[in-house]
Amino acid sequence: MSDIKKIKDEYLKKLDGDLNIESVNQIKTDLFGKNGKISNSFKTLGSLPTHERKKFASDLNSIKDELQEKIDSKLQEIDKKEINSKLENEKVDVTLPEREFNQGKIHPVSQVIDEISSIFSEIGFSVEEGPDIENEHYNFTALNTPDNHPARDMHDTFYLDNNKELLLRTHTSPVQVRTMLNGNPPFKIIAPGRTYRSDSDQTHSPMFHQVEGLHIDKNINMGHLKGCLNYFIKSFFEVDKIKMRFRPSHFPFTEPSAEVDIGYEMKDGKIVIGEGDKWLEILGCGMVHPNVLKNVKVDPDKYQGYAFGIGIDRLGMLKYGINDLRAFFETDYRWLNHFGFDPLDVPSNYRGLSR
Amino acid sequence: MKFTVGWLKDHLDTKKKDNELIEKLTDVGLEVESFDNLSSDLDNFKVAKIVNAQQHPNADRLRVCDVDIGGQNTIKVVCGAPNAKKDLLTVYAGPGSIIPKNNMKLTVSKIRGVTSYGMLCSESELNLSEESEGITELKSSNYSDKIGKNFFNNNNEKVVDLSITPNRPDCLGVRGVARDLAAAGAGRLKKISLKNIKKNGSQKIKVSITKDKNQGCTIFGSCLIEGVINQESPQWLKEKILSLGQKPISAIVDITNYVMLDLNRPLHAYDADKIDKEIIVRNSKKGETFEALDSKEYKLEDDMCVISDKSGVLGLGGIIGGTRSGTEINTKNILLESAYFLPRSIRKTSKLLNIDTDAKFRFERGIDPQSIELGLTKAAQLISEICGGKISKFDIKKIGKYEQNKIKFKISLFEKITGFKVKDSEIIEILTDLGFEVSKNKLELDLKIPTWRPDIIQPIDIVEEIVRIKGYENIETLEPEKKRIKDTLNKQQKLFHFLQRSVASKGYFETVTWSFTDSKINNLFKENLKEIKIVNPISSDLDVLRNSIFPNLTFYLKKNLDRGFKDISLFEIGPIFKDSEPGQQLTVIGAIKSGKISRLNWNEKERPVDVFDIKKDVIQTLVEAGYDRQSILIRDKSPSYYHPGKSGSVYLDKDDTDPVAYFGDIHPSIIKKLDIKTEGLVGFEIYLDNLKDNKVKLKDQKSNFEYSDYQKSERDFAFVVDKSFKAQDLIEIISLIDKNLIRSIKIFDIYEGENIPDGKKSIALNVIIQSSEKTLEEGDLEKINKLIISTVETKSGAKIRS
Repeated sequence: MSDIKKIKDEYLKKLDGDLNIESVNQIKTDLFGKNGKISNSFKTLGSLPTHERKKFASDLNSIKDELQEKIDSKLQEIDKKEINSKLENEKVDVTLPEREFNQGKIHPVSQVIDEISSIFSEIGFSVEEGPDIENEHYNFTALNTPDNHPARDMHDTFYLDNNKELLLRTHTSPVQVRTMLNGNPPFKIIAPGRTYRSDSDQTHSPMFHQVEGLHIDKNINMGHLKGCLNYFIKSFFEVDKIKMRFRPSHFPFTEPSAEVDIGYEMKDGKIVIGEGDKWLEILGCGMVHPNVLKNVKVDPDKYQGYAFGIGIDRLGMLKYGINDLRAFFETDYRWLNHFGFDPLDVPSNYRGLSR
Repeated sequence: MKFTVGWLKDHLDTKKKDNELIEKLTDVGLEVESFDNLSSDLDNFKVAKIVNAQQHPNADRLRVCDVDIGGQNTIKVVCGAPNAKKDLLTVYAGPGSIIPKNNMKLTVSKIRGVTSYGMLCSESELNLSEESEGITELKSSNYSDKIGKNFFNNNNEKVVDLSITPNRPDCLGVRGVARDLAAAGAGRLKKISLKNIKKNGSQKIKVSITKDKNQGCTIFGSCLIEGVINQESPQWLKEKILSLGQKPISAIVDITNYVMLDLNRPLHAYDADKIDKEIIVRNSKKGETFEALDSKEYKLEDDMCVISDKSGVLGLGGIIGGTRSGTEINTKNILLESAYFLPRSIRKTSKLLNIDTDAKFRFERGIDPQSIELGLTKAAQLISEICGGKISKFDIKKIGKYEQNKIKFKISLFEKITGFKVKDSEIIEILTDLGFEVSKNKLELDLKIPTWRPDIIQPIDIVEEIVRIKGYENIETLEPEKKRIKDTLNKQQKLFHFLQRSVASKGYFETVTWSFTDSKINNLFKENLKEIKIVNPISSDLDVLRNSIFPNLTFYLKKNLDRGFKDISLFEIGPIFKDSEPGQQLTVIGAIKSGKISRLNWNEKERPVDVFDIKKDVIQTLVEAGYDRQSILIRDKSPSYYHPGKSGSVYLDKDDTDPVAYFGDIHPSIIKKLDIKTEGLVGFEIYLDNLKDNKVKLKDQKSNFEYSDYQKSERDFAFVVDKSFKAQDLIEIISLIDKNLIRSIKIFDIYEGENIPDGKKSIALNVIIQSSEKTLEEGDLEKINKLIISTVETKSGAKIRS
């Protein structure tokens, strides 16, 4: 008994030392190998008297378990140490830059068009489009602006032929004409798109964007017009309180006509839309002129309604604090990056127009 | 349209404050552009005398003037005008003044080493005339006692500037504005007070209007005033003219201008002694010429309405008079014209000759044909008061008869259009105040339209009159209905928005560029499309509609490269034009990518962008939009602006005739021509109009979910094929062998060179084979292996590489 106790103590002590995996394996062989000390002790069991045998066997087993356990844990310890030291060597500087990615951008005009479409979608408008090249009839005559009308001078028109028959549309209103000619009332559409006038300075560019609105039904009156635009302006600027003013104006294709101003104030050199005491003109609108309805074969005695035209670029400038209209179209990479939107920021009703 | 509040009050009896009147103007639809106290700005302009003028020490053309502006000391001003000499009376503007012509603010400044305190102004700088040659010369008889006094004397009156819409010619006269204000409750319209003038004898110059076809003049009224002494206008009249920023000329000219601005009644005064016998109002003949009051010689076309005498053209009726018969300061006898010209004729003539005058602006919009006599009376009265003279009887020649417009107005239309109600009595009052003759006939009003309102033609115009005078604030704001008639977007629009964001999500910046471009760049990309010229381009380098998105993209890419950016990804989605008729346009995405991938990257090797980068972007975009990659076919044909060996076209299906996209390297010669400096330049175009609707819709039920858990086997092959043999064809051959077993084919190596014969290449593929019915045994696999090899060898002429 004292022999095996001695073996146990001796080897437990050895195993506490700083060992490598080979020495532990050697110890294992020394103890449990074919001629190992513990193995040999088991062999002596048969020669013991019966009354000692039981006790000795039990002691020997528990010493065997204890040593076995010690060896296993020593092996695990060494293994762990080795992995740790290996991983330690694999350490990288995770503050180094990640692999390259490029974030794309959506142009503010496209973003604003999507915002506008989303708002008008909510109140039942659908989106129509028309060609950029128009003929004189759709752009002017059908819109109650005959050739001798001075209002034509207010549109600095780009022409594509010397007879002034073909032109780049000066507004999105011809889409009204095309839509009504191709269908039957009721009509409830918006038509965003490119428009052109031969004018270029700080606040005018030869190409800009407009959105046309048209709602024709049996009893659509100026109250509906006011309500629709009020809804739109509030939703677009995402403010609860906004001052709006309708004032009489003149467009050949609407009667009565109005221009709409919204309240603003200047803060740190930027226009802040809301309740300021200054007025800013943002759109033109009115009740569609009976002559226009007649021109598109809609009976003005049965149907009536409103139309409006809004400058998209200008809305974007106001909402997002962009000062120069011309910069919209100059493709400066820095500008696009600064004012552009992430492509995943899709304006929608349920998640809101903007983040 | 400008006027002072005082002038307005000549016609409007009102107790309203200025700002209330301004608000009212806006409310009735007369948009106020500005309402400024002219004097505050103009107080800085003083009558001054040059007491000494010396040559500038450092500049031949400049003089240093000592200027007396009424103070104790003179002031030094550097002046470049040739007429700046000693004793000249002129107009001085001190530091801080804003020059009316260009809104420039003056500061004390050193000019070639000499400090100048302010400026001596030309008439053009003061907006008094076009005269810009020298500084203003003031007559010593009028101004010698005014040195140091304000040059602009306007009694502190504020000037209203209205932007009058083209439908309201009546408001181009102060009286028309007053009438609107009175109707809207801002006061009472005063009666025009006309003294009885004494008319002696008949108008001796014979007037006739010829009955030419499309005669542009229908009424010609005139009177002769003999024995006038033309002179400077009296102070009150000068002030009226000056308050509008115009320059007084002579009493006769100022009076005709005043009547025009006051009543919107253009007049013209001829020197009667310069008229050869008689006045003939007729159509011009091509080739006739005359010198107009703007000192330009005009060559006329056929059928322009001219006022002529026996010797030829005197002036263009309603547009501009001629120098031959113009009044001067020594004019003795004048013929005063008050006529009616048809807007259409005025517009046509002025457009052809490119003339714009105050008279043209008014006649084009429509002058009150009933104001002929009123204009003559008012002007003749003023002329005889100021210049004396004997007034003849009025001679009014007319062709045709003028009929006053009448409208039957159903009162209920007002509420139907505006959504609110106004009492009948109030409607009648508003219309009466605006000058309508109203008689009520049960539910209708019989209306006679005021002759100064050519814009009022039909009942809807009456609705506008009532609602604008009553006030737009009375219109209710009705909650919008949410009922939808149609889907918001159609399929093509949805596709547009999807592709737009899909391309952007691959790292491209979206841009929006003009629909027009520089024909020189466009030519590089236009292929066989027609060049569409703009007749009146904004500039010579934006002279055609674009036939491709690339001209603008490459132009702006270069600009950004020049700014120092190197790795640029840009795209635009928008129209390109095939021809010049409406609808002959296509919607296209153009995208372009320059520079390198992984430039200056610490862990990846940098390389120039290449055709497979751009191919990935275009294919991934199409796949994201729902098109099946397996059906997509690539052909190596592409437009000539791509590198012929490194570009291709994309077809959604092998049977399609029109490609949906192109991609590839941009042709090196184009890069050179455009002087673009970059390591690589690739691009793609997607033609949205060629993208067919997906057969399988997202809303449709998906096909059954089937999968196989049997063991997969992978086999690698390497085939040696002709160099021109396309990888796409090899994949197709293999995939068709057994669609049930061959699950995927991947090319993992392309090799040319050692061990491969010239003109050949080796394509190495990995094929995954899996059955959905059983685990394949070695024998099955061997069979399919052999089949793949033999099929490829027979169909492609390839050899398996051992």
